[in-house]
Amino acid sequence: MSDPDSRYLLRSRPPAEKLVDISFRNLAIAMASVVAIVLFSILVVVFQGSLVSMARYGWQFLVTSDWNPVDDQYGAGAAIYGTLITSLLALMIAVPLGVGTAIFITENIIPKGIRDVIGLMVELLAAIPSVVLGLWAIFVMEPFIRPGLELLYQLFNWFPLFSTPPMGPGTIPAVLILVVMILPIITAISRDCLNQVPPQLRQAAYGVGTTRWGAIINVILPAAISGIIGGVMLALGRAMGETMAVTMIIGNSNNFSVSLLAPGNTIAAMLANQFGEADGSQVSSLMYAAFVLIVLTLCVNIFAQWIVKRLSLKY
Amino acid sequence: MTQTLTHNKAESASDLRYQPFQRRNISSGALSFLAALFAAIAVLPLILVLGYVLVQGGSKISLALLTQLPPPPGLEDGGIANAIVGTLVVTAIAALIAVPVGVGGGIFLAEYSRSGWFAQFIRFGTNVLAGVPSIIAGVFIYGTIVTSRILFGNAYSAVAGGMALAVLMLPTVIKTTDEGLKLVPDDLRRGALGVGASRFVTVVRITLPAALTPIATGVVLGIARAAGETAPLIFTALFSPFWSDLLTPEGIFAPIATLSVMIYNFAIMPYEFHNELAWAASFVLVVMILALNLFSRWLARFAAK
Repeated sequence: MSDPDSRYLLRSRPPAEKLVDISFRNLAIAMASVVAIVLFSILVVVFQGSLVSMARYGWQFLVTSDWNPVDDQYGAGAAIYGTLITSLLALMIAVPLGVGTAIFITENIIPKGIRDVIGLMVELLAAIPSVVLGLWAIFVMEPFIRPGLELLYQLFNWFPLFSTPPMGPGTIPAVLILVVMILPIITAISRDCLNQVPPQLRQAAYGVGTTRWGAIINVILPAAISGIIGGVMLALGRAMGETMAVTMIIGNSNNFSVSLLAPGNTIAAMLANQFGEADGSQVSSLMYAAFVLIVLTLCVNIFAQWIVKRLSLKY
Repeated sequence: MTQTLTHNKAESASDLRYQPFQRRNISSGALSFLAALFAAIAVLPLILVLGYVLVQGGSKISLALLTQLPPPPGLEDGGIANAIVGTLVVTAIAALIAVPVGVGGGIFLAEYSRSGWFAQFIRFGTNVLAGVPSIIAGVFIYGTIVTSRILFGNAYSAVAGGMALAVLMLPTVIKTTDEGLKLVPDDLRRGALGVGASRFVTVVRITLPAALTPIATGVVLGIARAAGETAPLIFTALFSPFWSDLLTPEGIFAPIATLSVMIYNFAIMPYEFHNELAWAASFVLVVMILALNLFSRWLARFAAK
């Protein structure tokens, strides 16, 4: 302490402290890498599991639809068709509903208190487990809508989409429950995007004398559209992978049918139904179907992320 | 002269008044009505489902139901106790795995490399993992843990179920930790480093406590979501009609009952009593999850104050 300059010297860090610092950093890196490792292993495990089936059925698997464990014949055509048709139909219904709700709770149409309550309720809807929605769909929703479906069949049975009599579980109830499942995602993301539109844009629109909906349609929606489309794509990914509610209400039929009133199937429902008691080449075929589902959802999700980055307007 | 002026004034004033029957005002009002209708439709399912579950399930709740085992199919006496315990166990296992890993990963993203290529890659991976369907997490654990019997030669087990749920919780925890830590002002870090704290001490004593509430909010939400998941559990944790012997390792390395799988299994059974048990299980599960959700909301509001 005799040296007057010693108080300006930097404290030399003891090796133990350095060690703690470096190992903590490395630990954090390791934890972060777990995400990459898990994602990678999911792909590898499912791909490896499906190799036997891929070699055996090749592309035919994707377009044929006989699923017969007894004869060892597998084709996921019906399930893939079901996955696509249910999620697209659900999207067609849920997008206007979700975006409309989001507009209703972001624009100043009603007092803030009510808006917050509606927002909270839509968020709580997202918290209801899929399996509970499935239970509700079986015992409450499906019996309730069946007369409507009967009527649809009576009136339009000449039209291929409604060509079979409804017999309980089927594609249309599954689509409706999917709508309930993806509505909160679309609403939440659209709401966030609409809230992020700069207030100056609104003010400018109102300043030139437009009506509320003139501003919404011509100014606010275009400004928020990239995020909304991204949210819609995310919802599509979610709809494709949604399992329990769909499994419980779609009927799980492996026979291909164009009719929306007939029981159908989706990849996720097929996995949920059969994995528990599958063995031999059925496991491989289910893994193949799972791989198709992963590829579908990955494409949709990556496209969603890309579109958000690409389309986002800069202010 | 003055007369025309006032006349003009009156005319222009009437122009600025809101004219409800102008075409554009009518269409605007109609669209507002449509949006209100859509919002009502969006809220309707929550009210219907919640109301039905609370009435139908809540009316069945009794002490016996909460403390007894489910009966064999066809019999009518028993409860859902083992499934309640099982849900808590499996979710706890998932949280024990996902929370440390997720928080660690989040710390790396926010504290060590905000914009490096590896951090970007991990963020992208987190988003992709968040979009992976839940049933795929089940297939993954089935392919790695269940079929390989890597856990002491056991196949279906509570631990395998917990691991599948952990895969689903991981992205949520990482994201909320990352976002929470990013909200901590840099001045705090500089201050800590400035008085000679090491990086480790800065993170553990300064930034993590400052970001605790947003992280806790995210973790609670993640747990709530995992508790309701069914798809990854049907072929990892499977189901068990018995009590799990949780004090011995055999208990958590054996199949276990969970509320969600119980709902699924009992809903499609042709026995009315089992269907009723499914409604009761739904009641317990929904109340549990909504309580966790409202708790996380309270936490967030508590933090904002």
